[in-house]
Amino acid sequence: MTSIPTPIKPWKATKRERLIDVSIFILALLSSYLFVAATEMKGKLALFVVFFGAYMLFTASFKGFQLGSAAAKDALVNSLVAFGAIVTVIPIASILFTVVQKGLPGISLNLFISDMSMATPTDPLANGGLLHAITGTLALVTLALIMSVPIGILTALYLTEIRGRFTSPIRFLVQAMSGVPSIVAGLFILSAILYPITKSFSGFMGALALTILMIPTIARTSEEVLNLIPNDLREAGVALGGTQWRTVAMIVLPAAKSGLITAVILGVARIAGETAPLLLLTGGGDKVNPNAFNGPLGSLPYYIWKSFNAGSPEAITRAWAGLLVLVGLVLILFTAARYLGSKKSSK
Amino acid sequence: MTTIAPPSPREITTEPRTSDKVFRGLVTAGGLSSLLILGLIAIFLGYRGFEVLVQEGFGFITNSDWSVTVDENANVVDSSFGLAAMLVGTILCAFVAVVIALPISVFSALFLNFYAPDRLKRFLVALIDMMAAFPSILFGIWGFLVLMPTAEYWAKLIHKYLGWIPLFDLQVPVYTRSPFVAGVVLAIMIIPIITSVSREVFSQAPLDRIQAAYALGATRWAMIKAVVIPHGRNGVIGGAMLGLGRAMGETVAVFTVLNIVFQVNWQVLLGAGGNVASLIILKFGEANPYEIKALMAAGLILFLLTLLVNAIANVIVKTTGKSGR
Repeated sequence: MTSIPTPIKPWKATKRERLIDVSIFILALLSSYLFVAATEMKGKLALFVVFFGAYMLFTASFKGFQLGSAAAKDALVNSLVAFGAIVTVIPIASILFTVVQKGLPGISLNLFISDMSMATPTDPLANGGLLHAITGTLALVTLALIMSVPIGILTALYLTEIRGRFTSPIRFLVQAMSGVPSIVAGLFILSAILYPITKSFSGFMGALALTILMIPTIARTSEEVLNLIPNDLREAGVALGGTQWRTVAMIVLPAAKSGLITAVILGVARIAGETAPLLLLTGGGDKVNPNAFNGPLGSLPYYIWKSFNAGSPEAITRAWAGLLVLVGLVLILFTAARYLGSKKSSK
Repeated sequence: MTTIAPPSPREITTEPRTSDKVFRGLVTAGGLSSLLILGLIAIFLGYRGFEVLVQEGFGFITNSDWSVTVDENANVVDSSFGLAAMLVGTILCAFVAVVIALPISVFSALFLNFYAPDRLKRFLVALIDMMAAFPSILFGIWGFLVLMPTAEYWAKLIHKYLGWIPLFDLQVPVYTRSPFVAGVVLAIMIIPIITSVSREVFSQAPLDRIQAAYALGATRWAMIKAVVIPHGRNGVIGGAMLGLGRAMGETVAVFTVLNIVFQVNWQVLLGAGGNVASLIILKFGEANPYEIKALMAAGLILFLLTLLVNAIANVIVKTTGKSGR
């Protein structure tokens, strides 16, 4: 008869250790509850802070007694680090929850089939919608895409394929460009194009400002993607007699396709909700405007801004509904980008 | 019998074909566009704001009065433009944001890299990256309607228990729309940025040293203290500065929650602050052509300020990994 050794996992917590952990947790919860009830500190915030302090104290002192001061410090940092992660997640959860909770009452079919040309933000919700804003945002994003995708990808190609004299300065400048405040991009278009040349608000001006904001995102993400393409592929292309142009166009770019699409989507997500330059440049019309080159063009951020500033309860509900649509758009884009990015490029 | 002439040897050359020359020229032109755009921004804002900058001189950044008087023909009679209050407010809000966001981001970056189980890690990374893509107007409205009451309560607590520190001192108990509230909103906006930079830097900590630390019997914290933090310190500082740059240039979120007052105010909790970017939005609607020039000059100052902060940040991030044991 042979005995089969069962694998032992000495690093796994035993039942007794788990029990102690849970009891410390409960103890901390109880004592913080009592503390809050007994003293004048009130509210969820006090409960949270006191519970956290108590938990930290209890685990650290228990580990300290059991295993010494190094273990006590380790336990202290364990709980601090978890605290950091929890504090990071709370606002995200709160924002998503609020947007859905306050935005849903404002969502109706009407929203997607009518515009605000016959309604003001303070009207009852049945009047008007955000068709003009949705079409406007789509027009802005499309125009910005047409301008920024070539420039962004060319910049990334320069950084990865040409690697010329200017590689590191350009990498530096692209980084610097990603820090340009959106309002400055707006002011730049205003001073360089709108005032001296066109002299009127239009969607195209807004799209130009969005292009400036979008180029660095696309360039940086594409650069990362192109760097992941194995050099073997490039060498194979050159060995087959291809020029650099043919190699890049027929081997490198197709191999990086899904990654490049991810880069573009991230760029769109970055600018879809950009507000400040649109306030300066687009003029924010209330009617569906099919011509983005002429006349004021509405957009989702502008609509939200206008409704929010109108202030009445109906207007605020409109703003939340607009935010819900905008956040939904960003979430869809973001999920698509992650899905494409995680998919291994199939060759 | 005919002799076949041997083929003349081909000329071997490194001269690129025409298609390659065109390709390289095109790509280089595209690459240089970032230089072009940044240069044009500085030139045009400087050109438009030149008149005001000359007239106000150094006072443009040391005065805090912003007024313009016009007669009935819309000619400018008297004007005074100063950015001091706005600059102080911008820096104050951004610093409050970084002070709040930095520890939280570093802790959560450590949690993601060294503590979280794999699936939780992937979920949280996706969530935090997504938060970085949220539009700023969302943070602004959420901050105004949801966060503000809570943040005011925190401000009262801080004033009650830490009021003896000059920074938290307050003569007039007005807590609404203070730089502190704006700072909290900005902190929430920059946490994803600092977290992702720190996470990246921490994940580059050399594995052999991490394992060596464990093999010597280090606890997780001892390992982090000995290996990860010395390695990643510069990256974290750089990440914090990137966050600072973002916080300085933020417009809509700050405008929504901050009460803009043309007076230098260093009291974080008082409901009166300034912000260069918000000033531009505030004054743009009713500005006459001359005031627009002043706004352009303000935009130039903001542009140079964020450019400087970002440049320093990127240089610092780049030096990561050269220090440490």
